[in-house]
Formats: sequence, structure tokens, C-alpha cells
Amino acid sequence: MTGRVNDFTLKIATVNGTGSASANSLLMKAIFRMGVPVMGKNYFPSNIQGLPTWYEIRVTDPGHLTRSGEVNFMVALNAETFAKDHAEVTPGGYLLYDSTWPRTRELDRDDIHVIGVPLARMVNHHFVDARTRILMKNVAFVGALAALLDLDLDVIEQLLTETFGARKAELVKANMEAVKLGYDDVREHYDCPLPMHVRRADMTAGHVIVDGNTTAALGAMLAGATVGAWYPLTPSTSVMDAFKGFCEKYRRTADGEREYVLLQAEDELAAGGMVMGAGWMGARAFTATSGPGISLMNEFLSFGYYTEIPGVVFDIQRVGPSTGMPTRTQQSDLMECAYAGHGDTRHLCLYPADPAEAFHFSMRAFDLAEHFQTPVFLVSDLDIGMNEWMVPELQWDPRYRPDRGKVLGRDDLERLSGPFRRYMDPDNDGVPFRTLPGVHPAGAFFTRGSGHSKHGTYTEDAAEYQEVMDRLRRKFETAREHVPAPLIEYAGKAFSADGRRPQPVKYGMLTVGSGDSAVREARQNMKAGGTEIDYCRVRAFPFSDDVQRFIDEHDTVFVVEQNRDAQLKSMLLCELEVDADKLVSVLHYNGLPIASMDVEAAVLDHFRKAKAS
Amino acid sequence: MSFMKKPQVHHAELPVNGLGYTVRDYEGGMSTLCAGCGHDSITAALIQACWGLDIEPYRVAKMSGIGCSSKTPAYFLREAHGINALHGRMPSIATGANAANGELHFLGVSGDGDSLSIGFGQFAHAIRRNVNMLYLIENNGVYGLTKGQFSASADIGSTTKRGEANEQPPIDPVMTAISLGCTFVARGFSGDKEQLVPLIQAGLRHRGFAMIDIISPCVAFNDHEGSTKSYAHTREYFHPAIHADFIPPREEIRAEYEKGRAMPVELHDGSTIVLRKIDVDHDPTDRAGAIAYLERHREAREIVTGLLYLEEEGSDLHANNRTVPRSLVDIGMHENAEAILEEFQAGCR
Repeated sequence: MTGRVNDFTLKIATVNGTGSASANSLLMKAIFRMGVPVMGKNYFPSNIQGLPTWYEIRVTDPGHLTRSGEVNFMVALNAETFAKDHAEVTPGGYLLYDSTWPRTRELDRDDIHVIGVPLARMVNHHFVDARTRILMKNVAFVGALAALLDLDLDVIEQLLTETFGARKAELVKANMEAVKLGYDDVREHYDCPLPMHVRRADMTAGHVIVDGNTTAALGAMLAGATVGAWYPLTPSTSVMDAFKGFCEKYRRTADGEREYVLLQAEDELAAGGMVMGAGWMGARAFTATSGPGISLMNEFLSFGYYTEIPGVVFDIQRVGPSTGMPTRTQQSDLMECAYAGHGDTRHLCLYPADPAEAFHFSMRAFDLAEHFQTPVFLVSDLDIGMNEWMVPELQWDPRYRPDRGKVLGRDDLERLSGPFRRYMDPDNDGVPFRTLPGVHPAGAFFTRGSGHSKHGTYTEDAAEYQEVMDRLRRKFETAREHVPAPLIEYAGKAFSADGRRPQPVKYGMLTVGSGDSAVREARQNMKAGGTEIDYCRVRAFPFSDDVQRFIDEHDTVFVVEQNRDAQLKSMLLCELEVDADKLVSVLHYNGLPIASMDVEAAVLDHFRKAKAS
Repeated sequence: MSFMKKPQVHHAELPVNGLGYTVRDYEGGMSTLCAGCGHDSITAALIQACWGLDIEPYRVAKMSGIGCSSKTPAYFLREAHGINALHGRMPSIATGANAANGELHFLGVSGDGDSLSIGFGQFAHAIRRNVNMLYLIENNGVYGLTKGQFSASADIGSTTKRGEANEQPPIDPVMTAISLGCTFVARGFSGDKEQLVPLIQAGLRHRGFAMIDIISPCVAFNDHEGSTKSYAHTREYFHPAIHADFIPPREEIRAEYEKGRAMPVELHDGSTIVLRKIDVDHDPTDRAGAIAYLERHREAREIVTGLLYLEEEGSDLHANNRTVPRSLVDIGMHENAEAILEEFQAGCR
């Protein structure tokens, strides 16, 4: 294992608030610039300063942009977590620590290589200011790693120059001095590079490193969202920060006037109301929040469903229940989003797997919301939203035109004979026509969350009420074939009798969202071990017929999801006609993104048990 | 919420306004409130006020929360879009709608339960954002639809029909609004249309959040002896402090005003409000003075009415945001989307 070139996991343990985040992303970007695929995961505390934080970098020329589940190189710089970090290194792996404070007694493993670098001593000797010393210690370990892993110093210097800009050349100089401290010390005392290192390749061209909150925000702006309402909530806050940043750059007139309004609401309840108000008026409006915010928005989601007002909700899921672990990831709002609100409600949900899909689905969400006149969820999570991902470059579709849905404009209303009736079904697709305030007197109607007839008038009449509810159900059925279809991949090369689809194998694996890359790697590893498994990734709710068919054509389908209660599986059972015995849950819900090893272990365990019984 | 169609009877002799409309053109569906309800008088005043201001009915966005008061937007301006939001949540709907299109007139109708209990937070924050709208609180001190519980505006000692006395202090929307920085704060009485109509007109023309607390007795649950929100009690303790005369743009101020008692304030659209002081010791543009004045009269149990506080210089939500002066509904598509995407990604490699 020591000879792994371009295929290992590095984990850096530091203290929150010491500036280690920029050192970590510097490291990740340097590997990316050297042409080697790389994954970065940040495990940070709900804290401003002082609690432990980790950053995991996987260097992966096979392109597995997911956690493997093992750590081959640990940079253990946090005294508080040292024992645990030391224990986590896989046999044959490496541990780098700050030897300013020797840890002879704790370093009791003889199956790993230990590298001591006197980071604090060197940095304190070289720099005077206290804050600078703390920050530069992190830069110094980047230098040490550069020597050990054979990272290109020119690339690091270039990245620092881009970060600080030409005007802060002295900062680039200071940072490079710190890099050199670590670099030179390690080269003096150890054989560099290690057998486990990075070798320049050409595998990252055509890719970018982005996080999913930024791409979702860019999607919102390019889809034409003009009103954003929100309440600050980790891990969704950076969506609105990014949206504001983009709008300040691209949505101000020459005179500096804003072509957008961003409302920081008093709570998520009000944010939900603001989105509904703006949607009712006809603007493309959205909010970004997480599970606790969805809980508060429930009454407006029920309202939006029943009154048929478009709006987009980004749910960047975090660990629940209650406050849970705000800075850790989970997929535990799947059911809450699908059925949010009291009464018979159901909502269109889009499930991106990575920041690239978050961009495209963000735009799609605005079109679906206006097309179907209903709240639409973009169900992302902290892993997608806040971690930096290497993804193929985002492509703009020049044919893109926003779908503003069935809206009667001034001219339509001028020609209208008789009163406007809001909740009819003229096209037999469950989707009525709507009108916007202030356009024409003939379009006026009264929007109400209380019982209403298809004419839009108040009703408590049994048949009139039910007629509207039944049409809403039809509308939802229409949406089934409009939302993104699942991605299905078959393992076998043999084609089925109809010649269209490959013949399915016995087993299938089904997942949603950020579980994608872990499942892909697990499939590949198991295939190498002789087990072939077909794959289906659900990308939207309601589930299309393809999902039903995928389950039908397999004997066993592993449903991989990141929550305790098998929410996706429950929804499949609830929404489709499937045999419950076919579905085997693979559940992961400890707050860390699921690793390929977790999936593999669970599936192999199932096979072992099945064989034994 | 009316489901009964009101017959549209046109009288040839009805006067028309500048748009050629009669007051009938400003009406809505038939009220389903109790006979004698104060809210219906307020609806009539709203119709009168909008007609008098030559407002195009379809250029109004009317909105409400939940409760008796919140049913009333169905009873006026049939050509305007209306939205009956959730209980206490009309301010957030209004804020979002106004953010999307500030070109319309925004008219919100709420009640004491809607604004001072379940929606107190949203009420406060809509004031804080200075959303450009007229916000009426039809205040009867009681929950009508759930049959007579006290609301947060009930006075200490006021009794229910069954004789139970309220022991908790009331939340006064006027005092609350002034202390929150509301730029137009008034109180009226559903039984005094002569005072109310110009207040509504001034509130509609004011740029920013205009709040009018209107005592509006509930004939079914709160009009008995012992109630401090009854017609009789309100009439007895009614204390007009300032009378507001609304004068449209370009119209001359003709009335004769007693020296020292009249105070003309020009609104952003060129119209004028002449504040006619009935109490000489009250200056409605002095916030600290207004609070002290209200406190003195509260101790005397008087219901002070009129335009009690006015700040015409405050900037509203859109002014603070520096929004383009037009609706955002059709703005938003970027012709250079591909270039924007590429510029963003250039920094991600």
C-alpha cells in the first residue's frame, strides 16, 4: 500500500479558527492543477473557534470522487484528537505531526510510518506576530506535504498569487517562506518523495472545482430569480451569499440600481411567505434553508400547494432531528420535503447528486414551479452544498428559454369572454391558467387557502372541494413525466429480447443524491470481486415509471440512503406497486458523507447472511 | 369570503371620479359578516377613499390574514387581485409581493388577533422594512370566529359576554408601531367615516408603511356593557387629537385653518395632508412627543384618534434596496448567460 501513486486519502486534523481551511483548499487545488482527480470533504464543528476540524482529501486517478472509508495519510495537528487520529491511519500508512512537542508515549503503533516536523518551532522562530504564527503553521505543513507527496511548488506559488492578488505580493512572499520552512525541513530529514505521492497527469482538463450552494445560486440567477427570501441557517447560508454576490455583479444597472430584492426575513416562516407573495405577483422567487427551516415553512408549503403558487425551496439537508448536528450531512428531509404541510399535500422534489447537477436542477426547479404552479424543492445536502467538488465544466444550453407556464396576459384577458376562472383544467393535464395582479381587471380573482371551487370562489360544498383536490392529484401525475428521469445503468452487456435495454442482472442498487459516487465505486469494486449489480439513481419525486420498472426487473434492490429510517425506501413502497421483500436498505446516518466501503460492506454482509440462511 | 354575488345596480345620478367610475365600481362581493359589524363600515370607507383618489381598482393588490377582518378584501375592489394569506402571515406575503412589483397599491387588512398575537412578529418586521403599503387593523378586542375569546388588544378589566374580566395588559398597535419606527401611525373608529376616509387616503398616498388602528366593535361578542371595545364605550372615550384633511396634488388648500393649529405636510406624490390639531399640545411629527402624549391620554382611558405620527422622509423597502423603478416580474433573463458562466468557472480551475 505504501507505493500508491495518485490513489490515497489524506486527512488533516486541526483546530477550528486557525486558518487551516485555506491551507486545505490550497492543497486540494494544487493536486487538481497537477491534473490528478481529487475529492475534498470538510468536517467542521458548529463553532467559530477552538473545536476540532478535519479535512479529507482523496487523490484518486480512478476518479472515485467519494470517501473510500480509510485514511492513508494523517496530518495530526490537533492535540485534543491526536489519539483518535493516530488510531485511524490504515496499517502501512503515514502520520505527520508537529514534533515541537514530542509524543513518544502516544506514538505506540509499529505498523505506520511517523513523520515529525517541528512546525511550531520553525514558524515561531521565523515569524514574529502571534496571529501570523498560527496561520503560517498551516502553510508550513502544506510545504512539508509538498516535499513528501511531490507537489509542484510553482503551482502552490501560483495559487497563492491568485488568492492574494498582485497588490498583496508581500503576503505571497510570507506564505511561500512558510511553505519553504516545511518543505526544506522534511527534505533534510526524510527521503522525498514518499512511495505514496502525486504524479502529474492530465485528467482534470475540462473540469472545475465548485461547491453546490454556489452553483445552485448561479442557477437561480441565470434562471431569472428576482426575489430571494431567507433566514440565515447552516448549511444553506452560502446559497444566499453567493446569490447576492452574483446579483451584485450581474444584476445592477449602469446607475447601480438593483434588478433583484434579497429579503433577510425574521424567520423561515416569513421567508416562506415572502416567496409565496412574490410568486403570486409573478416573479421567480426562492428561499434557501435546511430541515429546521422546512419545519417552519410547512404552513406556507401547504398553502402554496393548495392555492397553486410557484416558488422554489432549496433544502440543504443537515443532520436532524431538531437542531441535530448543523455542520454534518444527512438525507433526512426526503419525506418532509415530499409531503410537507398539513392536509393531502405532495411536492415536486429534485435530487441533485453533485454541484453540477445542483446548477442544472436549480434552473429546472424554477421552470417546473411556474409550469406546474406549485412549490418545488431542490433537495440538496451539506456534502453537495458546502464541499468543494471536482465536476465536469458546467455547460450553458443556448436553447434555454424559461418556461413561465400558463399565464394569461393583458391581450388574452382583453379577449376573454365571461369571468376568469382560476382552477379549471382546459388542457386536461391538471394545470390551470393563472393571471397576475395589476395586469388587467378581467383577470382578478381571490386567492385563498380556504376551500375553493374550480372557479376560484369560496366553497364548503363537498363535490366542489373534491373536484379541485382530484385535479391537483392529476396535475401531480402529469409532473411525473416532466421531472428529471432516473439515471439507470446496467452491468451486463447482453441485451434484452426487445433489443433496447441491456438484460438486467439479478441485483439492483438504488440511491438518491450525494450517495451516487459511493455507490458507483462500490459497484466497481464488487464487480472486480465477481458481483455485478445494476444501478438506478432517483433524481426526482414523483418517481417515474422507470423506477417502478427497475425494481420490477430485479430480484433484490439495495436502497442506499443517508438516514436512519429508510425514508427513500418508505417513499418507494408508498408511491409504487413494489414487493417490500425485494428492497434491502443500506443506511448510513452518522453525519459523515457515505463512503464506498460502507456500501460495499453492507451489500457483502447481506450476501453472506443470505448464503448462511 | 363571499360566495354570494352582489347585484350591480347602477344609478345614473351617481357622481363619477376622474376615471369616470362611480363608487359602485369599487365594490366587491356581498359581506357575510354580522349585521352592524364595524368591519363593514370600514369596507365602505375604503371604497369611498379609493374612489376619491381615482385609483384604478385593478392596480391594487389587496391582502389579508385570517379572521373576520381578513374576509373583507372580498367585499371591495372586485377588479383587484386579492390574497387571503395564513393567520398572521399577511405581512410576509405583502413584503414578497411588494418586493416583486412595487408599482401597485398595496392594501392589507388585518385584525387584532391576526396582527397582535399570531402575527406580531411579522407585523413588527414589515414595519421595520417599511414596506410601502396601507395596513389596517380592524380592532375589536375579541376573537369572533372562535366565539369570543379575548385578543391581545383587550383592556385590563374589560369583560366578556359571560362576565369574565381580562387581567392582562393590552398590546397597543399605535404605541407599538411608533416605537418600531413606523412612518405613518393613525387611529380611527369604524363609526366615524368622516375622520376615517381621509386617513385611509393619506395612508394610501404615504410612501412607506402606513398603519391605521381602527376600533371596530364586534356586535356579536364584544358590544356589551363592561367591554371597552363596544360602540358605547368607544363613543364615550373617543378623543380626536388630529384631524387629517387629504388634498390631492395640484388642488388648492381652500379651507380656512385657525393659525397655529393647521400643519400642511406634502407627500411624495405632490398631494398634501393638512393636519388640523384639535389638541394644541400634540405635534404629530415629534416621535418622543407623540409617545408622551399617547401615554398621558392612556392614563385618562381616552381613545386618542387621528393621524398621530407621521414621518414623510423615511425611505421604503425599495428605496433602501435601490431597486430599479419597475416591476421585477419580467426582469431576470441574462442575454450573456454563457459568458457569465464562463467567467465564474474561470476562477474554479
